[in-house]
Amino acid sequence: MNKFFVIVSHTYKHRLKSKAFIITTLLVLTAILVMTNIQTIMDTFTGEEGEDYTIAIIAKEPSASTLVSSLPEGEWFDGGEEEGKDAVRSGEYEALLVVEEQENGLPEGQYYTEQLTSSSASEVRQALQQLKTSIAVEQENLSEETLTAITSPVAFERTALEEGAKSEEELNQARVIVYIMLFVMYFAVIMYGNIIATEVTTEKSSRVMEILISSVSPVTQMFAKITGIAILGLTQFLLFILAGYVGITLADTSQGSLIQMAGLSDVDWGIIGYAVLFFILGYFLYATLAAMLGSLVSRVEDAQQTVTPMMMLIIVAFFLAISALGSPEATYITITSYIPFFTPFVMFTRIGVIDVALWETLLSIGILLTTIFVLGVIGARIYRGGVLMYGKSSLGKNIREALQLSKKE
Amino acid sequence: MLKLQNVTKTFGDFTAVDDLSLEIPEKQMFGFLGANGAGKTTTFRMILGLMDQTGGEISWNDQHIGYDKSHLIGYLPEERGLYPKLKVEDQLVYLAKLRGMKKSESVPEIRKWLDRFKVPEYRLKKIEELSKGNQQKIQFISAVLHKPKLLILDEPFSGLDPVNVEMLKAAVVELKEGGTSIVFSSHRMEHVEQLCESLCIMHKGKPVLKGGLKDIKRSFGKKNVRIVADFDLSFLENHGQILHYRHTKEGALCQVREEKDAQILFEALQGRGFVRQFILEEPSLEEIFIEKVGEAYE
Repeated sequence: MNKFFVIVSHTYKHRLKSKAFIITTLLVLTAILVMTNIQTIMDTFTGEEGEDYTIAIIAKEPSASTLVSSLPEGEWFDGGEEEGKDAVRSGEYEALLVVEEQENGLPEGQYYTEQLTSSSASEVRQALQQLKTSIAVEQENLSEETLTAITSPVAFERTALEEGAKSEEELNQARVIVYIMLFVMYFAVIMYGNIIATEVTTEKSSRVMEILISSVSPVTQMFAKITGIAILGLTQFLLFILAGYVGITLADTSQGSLIQMAGLSDVDWGIIGYAVLFFILGYFLYATLAAMLGSLVSRVEDAQQTVTPMMMLIIVAFFLAISALGSPEATYITITSYIPFFTPFVMFTRIGVIDVALWETLLSIGILLTTIFVLGVIGARIYRGGVLMYGKSSLGKNIREALQLSKKE
Repeated sequence: MLKLQNVTKTFGDFTAVDDLSLEIPEKQMFGFLGANGAGKTTTFRMILGLMDQTGGEISWNDQHIGYDKSHLIGYLPEERGLYPKLKVEDQLVYLAKLRGMKKSESVPEIRKWLDRFKVPEYRLKKIEELSKGNQQKIQFISAVLHKPKLLILDEPFSGLDPVNVEMLKAAVVELKEGGTSIVFSSHRMEHVEQLCESLCIMHKGKPVLKGGLKDIKRSFGKKNVRIVADFDLSFLENHGQILHYRHTKEGALCQVREEKDAQILFEALQGRGFVRQFILEEPSLEEIFIEKVGEAYE
């Protein structure tokens, strides 16, 4: 057992100190902090920009003064249309707005900018719309109440009757967080799966494997390696969650902010808990598979190729989970959530989005654990033979050969 | 005592080791000879428990060799390899830990061995920066660092220059004198002849010859007579007592069955001229090997 921990700590420390790990972790941490604070960052930039442009307005009174007062950047332009255009071309003004009165007394606007990509138009259009409405209301002698009655949106609230079902708002929030966690899981499983497969193959190709297996049983070795990388993965996972937490704490979480709308201001830690649980289970499932596959090839270049079928499974699982976000109650989603290779993704999504009975969760975890155990036993046998096997042949043939090499008596 | 009883290993239809029985006494050096593919490495792997034998028993001091004994066993595999990216010392410390040796114990030992092999400057270098021969020395250190009781060396001297071969040989002899039982394989007969008390010659998985070096030579039933003379010796070519005749630069090398035949040969030389040398030699292991393995081929 002692040697188990020697390998665990060696694998963990060695990887922790590797440049690749440090760089990816730092990059992702930065990305998380930036993403959670994207609004503040954007505001910082647009805030500065907002002040230094003005829009020239050519209009008759009283429209002119209404527009100038409702548009902070607006400025009454004393001159003809052509002069105004020249002023825009020379960069004196960001844009020129020419307001004409139609026959029915309503205003119409012509907006001139250097490029159509200018972002100022929508604001101006809105101001003009308001102006038009107020003129129209005045013309028809409508009261304020009538206006409000016409324009205000209809009240429409959806309520789920099933007990414990999430409200519309909660559902959207849950989707965001589940989506984020799915992505993290997806990349983590692919990344760590690859790390394990290459690590095993590296030991084989450098032939250090034979010394290792003469000191420690290949089975201990395989599980120690998987555990070492698991701790590494958890370290990274926790760092990310921590960064997410810090980022959200720092971010503007007031009403109407991006974070608040995404439902991240009030994170459901239960979902994070499930994410960690399914991450660990999914990791062990795929890591065992990766170690087994990695032990079958002898060159690092071939490792990539052998894990391809596994990657396919992960990709399918991921896409199933994405579609489960939209239709969590579909029959095929329910069925696939019990297939162990898909459970970590699909069942997690179901739990995140809808209310799943506890027995369903436990059953899927049970199936998953059993599969991990069975794969562990088979994987260990293949690994035991595979690590002594050199040369190249097809996957199926390699598996048969590895099993034969590890055969007892 | 390492004991192999009727050990057999088959891979599908192929028999790698066929009914091998051996007794390797304690504190001895045992040579394992055989052409490529004779089953040496497979035998080692079975002794170490890396593979299970198809049939037969392997025991060491009447006990099964399992991973619980790995701290007593040292192994230098034929295929050399270490972690290319790890530093020499880190690597040795890690491998020693896996053999149950604490870092505080292994570090001074590592320095001692590096000094002994005259490579102390490599301590903090990465393995991939070392030459192949030096990597081999490091790997040898990893096999002996934890002072094993049973040391298995698969082709320990291949790929080394003569100076390093001598250095390693001296280390191996010292270990043996310190009480380690050593089993080693080689293609190089002179190494086995110099170092081993007993040996086994394998061919296609079968032991064709085994026992003490002296007994093997004696029981081989053939001796060499080396003659250096001033006259032409070719008349001996068809002499009845000579099994095999070979011209050498200065004379001839003849193979005879026993000492008596050498005497007859000696008499036949009388009166023909001056004989500078007439030596009766034990056969070399190489001759025995070639003949035994050659026989097995026929």
